Amino acid sequence: MYTFGDPAEWLPFVFAGLMGLSILVYVVLDGFDLGVGVLFPLANEDEKDAMIASIGPFWDANETWLVLAVGLLLVAFPTAHGEILTALYGPVVIMLIGLILRGVAFEFRVKAPAAYKRLWNNAFFVGSLMTSLSQGFMLGMYVMGLDYTWGHVAFGVLTAVFLTVGYSFIGATWMIHKNSDVLQAKAISWARGGIWGLILGIAAVSLATPFVSDRIFDKWFSFPQMLYLLPLPILSGALILWLWGMLRQMPFKNDRLNWLPFVAATLLFTLAYGGMAYSFYPYVVPEKITIYEAASAPESLFIILVGTLFVLPAIVGYTLLSYWIFRGKARELRYD
Amino acid sequence: MLDTLLLSRIQFAANISFHILFPTITIALGWVLLYFRIRYNRSGDDRWMEAYGFWVKIFALSFAMGVVSGITMSFQFGTNWPGFMEIVGNIAGPLLAYEIMTAFFLEAVFLGIMLFGFSRVPRWLHTGATFLVAFGTTMSTFWIIVLNSWMHTPQGFEMIDGVAHATDWSAIIFNPSMPYRFFHMMLASFLTVSFLIAGVSAFRYLIGGRTRGVRVALRTSVFMAALLIPVQIFVGDLHGLNTKEYQPAKVAAMEGVWETQNGAPLLLFALPDEEARENNFEIGIPKLASLILTHDWNGEVKGLNEFVAEDGTALHPRVAPVFWSFRVMVGTGVLMLLVSWAAVVLMMRKRADGQGRRGVDGLPKLFLFGLVGMTFSGWLATLAGWYTTEIGRQPWLVQGVMTTKEAVADVPPTMVLSSLIAYLTVYAILLGAYIGVIFYLARRASRGQSIEPRVPQSEDAQVRAVPAE
Ligand code: HDD
Ligand code: HEM
Ligand code: HEM
Repeated sequence: MYTFGDPAEWLPFVFAGLMGLSILVYVVLDGFDLGVGVLFPLANEDEKDAMIASIGPFWDANETWLVLAVGLLLVAFPTAHGEILTALYGPVVIMLIGLILRGVAFEFRVKAPAAYKRLWNNAFFVGSLMTSLSQGFMLGMYVMGLDYTWGHVAFGVLTAVFLTVGYSFIGATWMIHKNSDVLQAKAISWARGGIWGLILGIAAVSLATPFVSDRIFDKWFSFPQMLYLLPLPILSGALILWLWGMLRQMPFKNDRLNWLPFVAATLLFTLAYGGMAYSFYPYVVPEKITIYEAASAPESLFIILVGTLFVLPAIVGYTLLSYWIFRGKARELRYD
Repeated sequence: MLDTLLLSRIQFAANISFHILFPTITIALGWVLLYFRIRYNRSGDDRWMEAYGFWVKIFALSFAMGVVSGITMSFQFGTNWPGFMEIVGNIAGPLLAYEIMTAFFLEAVFLGIMLFGFSRVPRWLHTGATFLVAFGTTMSTFWIIVLNSWMHTPQGFEMIDGVAHATDWSAIIFNPSMPYRFFHMMLASFLTVSFLIAGVSAFRYLIGGRTRGVRVALRTSVFMAALLIPVQIFVGDLHGLNTKEYQPAKVAAMEGVWETQNGAPLLLFALPDEEARENNFEIGIPKLASLILTHDWNGEVKGLNEFVAEDGTALHPRVAPVFWSFRVMVGTGVLMLLVSWAAVVLMMRKRADGQGRRGVDGLPKLFLFGLVGMTFSGWLATLAGWYTTEIGRQPWLVQGVMTTKEAVADVPPTMVLSSLIAYLTVYAILLGAYIGVIFYLARRASRGQSIEPRVPQSEDAQVRAVPAE
């Protein structure tokens, strides 16, 4: 009847994949921006300018992945979108105000009278911190099924802290790549400190997830499904050990391979994220609404998909162009 | 008392009003920057680059404000108006998705190259990035206006089990009010930018920064305003005729007409009284409203009393806010016409020695102060216009399809109240900082200082003072 099978079957799956992908891209890309913001107070005035220079040309595009992710949630799974965002009303508002402060601080800190520069630097830090914490909190609440009990909130607070440290870790690895000399050395030591947050965060979410529901528990610990999942912890463990060893030896001679920690961190984020996606599938609101129940009408999804197939490669292309133009060590940001 | 619906409405109105301020500037400023850039590429004349260099900073600042407030907007649908997406998501969704994919990424990526790539990329790529940013903002406008216009004049869909399903995408995109609203908004943006550039340039001129870059910016903006305002008034009139056809209750409220009548007067002043359903202290020009709306002195104008249900509940929007915001918009438009044309006349006068025109030196001091006063007049007109449009649609959210009440989230009012207060505080501070920084940059530039305050020890801060003439 249908050339490619029933679109009501595969379209929701494709869109869940696209949405998942844009959340992951967001978490990695804006994760390093936010991490740089969280690390801000640890640097002196000159270093702050260099830190900003390492993310200045990118942050806006990075943030757009969040708009795409929430946009896809909104367009592809309207009922889930309402359910999730009303349940997370409070943390979302905190995140938005954080994003506002962070985003405008980029501009104001160099344009406002010099006397206010400190103030905007603080706004940049506070905004990044608010955003990271609230995203971590939302992650925890989501894993716990979006209802507010004391236990769940406590778990959310825990994930808030861990995600923030995780972001500052990936932020530090980005700085190892983009900055040099003293600041690079600092970034290396920050990364050594921050890797703890990442380990604890991944461990906390991994330990909690199977106990959220029997369904997920079975997925994890029954044979043969267990085998699908097994590579995840093994690979993650190996990556962590590798990162650990690498950071102890950095900086390498002639600043070679300075991008490796960032790439390894990205892989680690991806693995952790993949594990979560695997556990929660097919639910979009944990244990309540599946992607198939929440999906919009196929004809509307289809028209978006057609556009996506054309536009996504272009987006990827010019994003790469921009990273290529601003490749290498960060230089002072100037308009001329 | 304060319920979730009312608070959510106030919050939505506050957020969208704040958001629209900045796109209104960036939409047209992007194109104006491209114009400066191309004039420079062609002539190699420094003054165009000086104008570009100053305004690109304002652009960057406005863009950041637009982006962060826009992100707030996209979360609002879920946090406050989940019903909207549940009922019309099949239509609103794809339109929003296309906006994100075709516009937001384009702008955001090339913005980085446009702002910081000047010395890193070849000239054509920098000019191209400027073009793509301007093009991206225009695409944003197009898609969001399509959606908004569809909410006013919906078509191309069918309702199945209370949910809208698209049947004809070209009917949805090219819905009857879209072309008018799109062009009216684009022109509004260009006018806002004209008066912004004119106001700030006049300010710089007054405090002594009479560089060639300032002069050329002032001249360009004044001519742009003078050229576009008549077009805007014409398009506005067409827009009104279109509204009369599809949303007659809105037009009745805009005109403040209670009883259907032939030869309706154009009211210049009135205090509409919803209780008594009549106007107090009317001052009007006889028959003019009929002439404007029907192009006939004795044409019929539908009154608000036609839009009352059997049981007496009003099916039209609240009258006073629509009536007054419409007058604020049109009033500002007329003022813009007078000011920009007067400026052109003053500038075109012959010089005393008969050699050429007086140009910007022909503008009297008092007049320049007037221009400074009008710096943000575009914002006023734009907001007033949107208030007319949006309040005039109530109680409908999507005309004839769903009411605003059906969309609202089930969130406790205290929650909405707290978020509202938080937003309002942040917005008030940011708006103050934004306006303050624009004039601060103008003052610095006039003193020939670098407008990028740097940490003292970095000596490279370029002080490229352009000699005052
Ligand atoms: C610089 C801004 C500006 C100026 C000078 C004007 N407008 Fe306007 N107007 C807008 C900016 C705007 C706007 C903000 O862009 C609106 C809100 C929604 C829309 O489509 O455009 C608008 C809405 C709007 C509407 C409401 C349409 C509807 O949604 O039902 C009408 C009838 C007019 N305009 C008519 C006019 C007339 C006759 C003007 C003559 C002076 C005028 N406008 C000047
Ligand atoms: C940018 C210019 C806009 C402005 C200044 C504006 C302003 C407003 C205002 C003042 C209201 C409140 C009306 C009332 O409560 O009586 C409103 C309502 C609304 N508008 Fe707009 N609007 C704009 C554009 C849009 C767009 C583009 C959309 C949709 C994509 C939209 C969707 C809505 C919704 C959902 C409401 C219902 C909530 C409410 O009644 O407050 N608006 N708008
Ligand atoms: C409910 C309505 C709206 C939503 C959800 C919304 C959403 C957004 C978002 C998320 C951004 C940031 C894009 C980025 O990350 O680069 C943005 C920017 C923008 N918006 Fe809106 N917007 C709304 C209303 C409007 C209206 C009414 C207009 C104009 C008529 C407009 C024009 C623009 C433009 C031109 C930009 C890009 C330039 C800039 O940020 O200054 N938007 N919007």
